Amino acid sequence: MSAVTYPTPQSQLEPAIDRGEEQLLEISMGPQHPSTHGVFRMNVVLDGEVVVRLKPVFGYLHRNHEKIAENETYLGSMPYTDRLDYICSITNNWAYALAVEQLAGIQVPERAEYLRVITGELTRLQNHASLIGFLLQDMGSSGTPLMYAFREREKILDLFEELTGARMMCNYMRFGGCRVDMPAGWLDRAKKVVQEFPRFLDEYEQLLVGNEILMERTQGIGVLSRELAINAGMSGPMARASNVSYDIRKVDKYSIYDRFSFRVPLGEHGDVYDRYMMRFLEMRESLKILNDAMRDIPPGPIVDPKMRIRGFRPKPGEAYGRIESPKGELGFYLISDGSPNPYRYRVRPPSLINLTVLEDLCIGLNVADVVAILGSVDIVLGEVDR
Amino acid sequence: MNLDTIKSELQANVPGCRLEIVLNPSPSAQHSLLVDAEHGFAVARFLRDASDLRFDFCSNVTGVDWPSKEISAKVKVKKIVDGVESEVEEIQKSSTQGYLEVVYHLYSQDLKSGPLPLRMRTQDRDRGVHLPSLTPIWRSAEFQEREVFDLFGVIFDGHPDLRRILMWDAFQDHPMRKDYVDPDDFEYEPTAHDQVLQRAGQHLSQAGGR
Repeated sequence: MSAVTYPTPQSQLEPAIDRGEEQLLEISMGPQHPSTHGVFRMNVVLDGEVVVRLKPVFGYLHRNHEKIAENETYLGSMPYTDRLDYICSITNNWAYALAVEQLAGIQVPERAEYLRVITGELTRLQNHASLIGFLLQDMGSSGTPLMYAFREREKILDLFEELTGARMMCNYMRFGGCRVDMPAGWLDRAKKVVQEFPRFLDEYEQLLVGNEILMERTQGIGVLSRELAINAGMSGPMARASNVSYDIRKVDKYSIYDRFSFRVPLGEHGDVYDRYMMRFLEMRESLKILNDAMRDIPPGPIVDPKMRIRGFRPKPGEAYGRIESPKGELGFYLISDGSPNPYRYRVRPPSLINLTVLEDLCIGLNVADVVAILGSVDIVLGEVDR
Repeated sequence: MNLDTIKSELQANVPGCRLEIVLNPSPSAQHSLLVDAEHGFAVARFLRDASDLRFDFCSNVTGVDWPSKEISAKVKVKKIVDGVESEVEEIQKSSTQGYLEVVYHLYSQDLKSGPLPLRMRTQDRDRGVHLPSLTPIWRSAEFQEREVFDLFGVIFDGHPDLRRILMWDAFQDHPMRKDYVDPDDFEYEPTAHDQVLQRAGQHLSQAGGR
């Protein structure tokens, strides 16, 4: 046994509100606060301008996604997974399809794997781009940076629309493959978008790397230690900014990610600045993957021909499938009892679990820093509340 | 690492723990380890700290509801009917004890191994729904155990902040249970009208009034 001490949950150390003459101020940030990225509330206790306690309050968007999916066929909840993290619907589809494929032992054809990687990495690009836009917007650089980011995101959404018929609710994956193949000329247009993307990154990175105001506001703010990041289940860019070298694309080697060479960027400080730089560096790595995948994509079927769509009943058993979604580890846990609908259906939401440390990061800082920290966690309330 | 070796190692190091390997027949072959509630905490701590296991990353925590099942079996019984002894087929009904189950999916970031699903079961679905909280071992379980408490009604002893997380505080039932009764099509927060209160009361009594 090692003698490592692990951090205790902060909420055990509740500060006394009553301090004699001085008074603490308890305010409710949200659910309609513009910086909370949706209907999310934080009960913040302030000592002057300094945060003493912070309790996140969830559930405003709760519709019990899991219960609905348990009363629905396996395929029937595929479009519904789009609505979890509505910024990146394709990776949600992918995680669900992966879990069902593990549960039923379905093989995915080569071309479909490439299509999944291409659309998945495009999703990562547009998620990270818009996230950085949101950060700058939250920190007061109103308008322009967000619009620049959305301009790039729009190009990718146009590609999605052409491929799947919908810009955000793509509903693209099927068990054992993808729903539709690329239309004529799509690959060339996608290649063009990918080739032009680095120019946007170079231009945009100047805003983040060299901007002194931004560095003042983000460096050394919201520092997350490596130990706590692992213990509190952080995943995705949030964990990697704290020097946790864990990328499920590398660890699980799901799909065909072992064929591409890409690096996993790591941060050293674990502050807000590092978390944003992670997104930049990851976009550059995604571009590498995209270039390789678009070059190598083979012809062939896009769905396993043995897969039966109607009357799909996996044999009794269970499976936990997970992927590296742009937000972190997105997992689906399914239990089948042999009937057409899952006996248990569980989503492991990276956004919710990444919020576990929100209080630890914010205590002792100003309210203005809370906004920056929350932005750097990258949450989407459709997934947090489910 | 093999589940059998983990099991024997645990039995050697956590005295008295009752372990069982739950086989998973699906192609994923993610077999899980069932541990009794009494030793759940010690087993979890060993899994995290043992140098050859190092399950430092608790990825997913969730509940599963297994309501009691009625099993009916046909049994031939000798009975005296109208003074004559004859064999009569009778259906004997017995029911299994329902329980709630909590599943923790453990990974090791150091050794890049996993998943190891760790399961714990409650005694029943009414009174004995207590399980030890593993939040002091893995902080990542904090919100997820709250969610299991909220939606399934498992009470985690030792959890630092066990409150409802997704449903509102005044809500009384546990919606992810299999026998949950949907509310009628009315605003669930009862307004002070007699009629509405009456219907709300009906709903709660149907749901067992938990």
